[in-house]
Amino acid sequence: MNVKSCKASIHSLLKTDDKNFIRLLYVLIAVFLLCAIVKPETFLQISNFQSMAAIFPEFGILSLGISLSLISGGMDLSVVFIANLSAIIAAKFMLALAPDDSSPYTLLIIIAAIMVSLLVGIICGLFNGFLIAKIKIPAMLATIGTQQMFWGLAIVLTGGSSLSGMPELYSTVMNSTLFNFLPVSLLIFIICATALSIFLSKTRYGSEIYLIGTNAKASKYAGINNDQLTILTYVISGVFSALAGLVMMAGSNSCRADYGESYTMQCVLIAVMGGVNPNGGFGNVKGIVTAIVILQFLSSTLNMFENISNFYRDVIWGAALIIVLIVNYIINQRREAAAK
Amino acid sequence: MNVKNLFKRTETYILIALLLFCFLVQACSGQFFTGNNLVDDARALTILAMFALGEMIVMVSGGIDVSFPAIAALSMYLVSTKMYDFHGNIIIFFLAGALLGFIMGALNGFLIGRFHFIPLIVTLGTSSLYTGIMQGVFASHESVLPQTMLDFGNAKLFSVYNPKSKLNSNMPVSFLFLLALIVLVWFLLRHTKLGRGIYAIGGDMNSARRAGFNVFHIQMFIYCFCGALAGFVGVTRACMMLDCDPTNMVGMDMTCIAACVLGGISLSGGSGTITGTLIGVTFLSIMSNSLILIGVSTYWEKVFTGLIIIIGTGISAYQVTRKNSKTVSNALN
Repeated sequence: MNVKSCKASIHSLLKTDDKNFIRLLYVLIAVFLLCAIVKPETFLQISNFQSMAAIFPEFGILSLGISLSLISGGMDLSVVFIANLSAIIAAKFMLALAPDDSSPYTLLIIIAAIMVSLLVGIICGLFNGFLIAKIKIPAMLATIGTQQMFWGLAIVLTGGSSLSGMPELYSTVMNSTLFNFLPVSLLIFIICATALSIFLSKTRYGSEIYLIGTNAKASKYAGINNDQLTILTYVISGVFSALAGLVMMAGSNSCRADYGESYTMQCVLIAVMGGVNPNGGFGNVKGIVTAIVILQFLSSTLNMFENISNFYRDVIWGAALIIVLIVNYIINQRREAAAK
Repeated sequence: MNVKNLFKRTETYILIALLLFCFLVQACSGQFFTGNNLVDDARALTILAMFALGEMIVMVSGGIDVSFPAIAALSMYLVSTKMYDFHGNIIIFFLAGALLGFIMGALNGFLIGRFHFIPLIVTLGTSSLYTGIMQGVFASHESVLPQTMLDFGNAKLFSVYNPKSKLNSNMPVSFLFLLALIVLVWFLLRHTKLGRGIYAIGGDMNSARRAGFNVFHIQMFIYCFCGALAGFVGVTRACMMLDCDPTNMVGMDMTCIAACVLGGISLSGGSGTITGTLIGVTFLSIMSNSLILIGVSTYWEKVFTGLIIIIGTGISAYQVTRKNSKTVSNALN
């Protein structure tokens, strides 16, 4: 396969992606109507939308990271634990240097703590990328290993309990709402999503990542530095995880080693639902974002039924993942049959 | 097999590492090679090793299964609560657990075999599904076991008393299950056509298909077997703990994957031995039991599990890369 035919195949992929996106929009509208009909008095409140907008960035940012690794033909199962580990290290940093808000340097220390957490994210991502690109461990096994390791380190650092008592200023700023409608966490999510979207569709690296995901051998022979790009992929995923960790920490102004354990599964579901092919090479940010919003609508509406246990959510997410996989499979089969 | 070949195998190195670790624990605590500690280690190993043998079969076929703790938990919970008033033979309890597990495994097998979805993603999904059914639909909670299961759990093969620490350790009857399973899996993999098929589809699915293996049937068998085993082991676990705690098997999937990887299951599928898996699982189980004996906090357990997965996969990945580059340079010469 030469570069030209690769480019042509990317163009055809983008077209099918658009079809998938239109399908997702229909689902979004259907889910919106469903929620609005089932719980009109609470779902359609502005406050409901505001609270949803403040919740979903937590796992939304993580989904972006997992999706990127899936597009590149890999898998990052360590995102949730990178998020927790980086948040815990940032929290330790703040607790050591600014035990209360009285210190005049609180703001500076918070900014430094954010830098520390991003640095931890980068290091974790580099480590993943190194294991996958240089040692050639399959991404799934490598990130299962680092998942356990990051999780374990977080347990060692916290002694298994949760950390709290970080400066109030941090959670106040992170939980505030800009111009009365834009929660800071949502702003972070929007920045991440936009940056990833530009990276994937407008830069050379982005299209090269699609190539690696479609056919790693072909991309190597096309002169692409696979190793470097793979490492970059996991570093970006690590940075997103650290950002998600900062958002998670602000939510309750505390952090612990096993926070959001079930997010891994939820993020894989979002990626697959959003049109990311788990085999690599397909997927775009607008699909992922739509999938996140659909999931949040469902989740919030489910929460409004007091007599339905939270655990039903696991059933619904698991079943949804399998159904989406099957629907995509059938649609692909039909498309192939039509092409013949 | 000659000595030279022995040193080419990952298992040999893991075995050496395991023995060194045992001697380290003995040197630090003086408590390792005592009868009751060995029995305790065997007891702790039973459940994990049975799970690991199931996972091994899946990984040899090139797949992965992270749903078996959820399958085991749901089967265990249903058997011990719904059959509470049943007073029949203990075998019926085990068969019921295995049957429930079989059905749940069949769903995995169908999705993976029929649609060729990625096994990890499918089993992540079904794991969430089964856990949700257990906690949501059946509102699971810790509960008391039926009398038959309690009796079985209290039965022992023999017990060992340690006069120094004044501790008494019982060898559970379920240890026999592990021995039986080892024989069964050995026979399956070494002496049946099905077993060769499992290795064949792990090596190269397309070649296996062309060689006349029915890939769908083999994959169905693998995941059904693993599911039935998980259900069976779930009930065994409840008997051994004398208590039905639906959450205490969470995380065993990672330990079993680590054990298989450590035991030298090839990353590309198609190879892997029972000996290797057993050595791997023994290592991990003894490590987590003995951290306390050598004065390391149990908080470090996950860090070690992670490190072992990374080092284990790293070594075999490195070997594959080196082999490939050797073949290329030989071809060029």
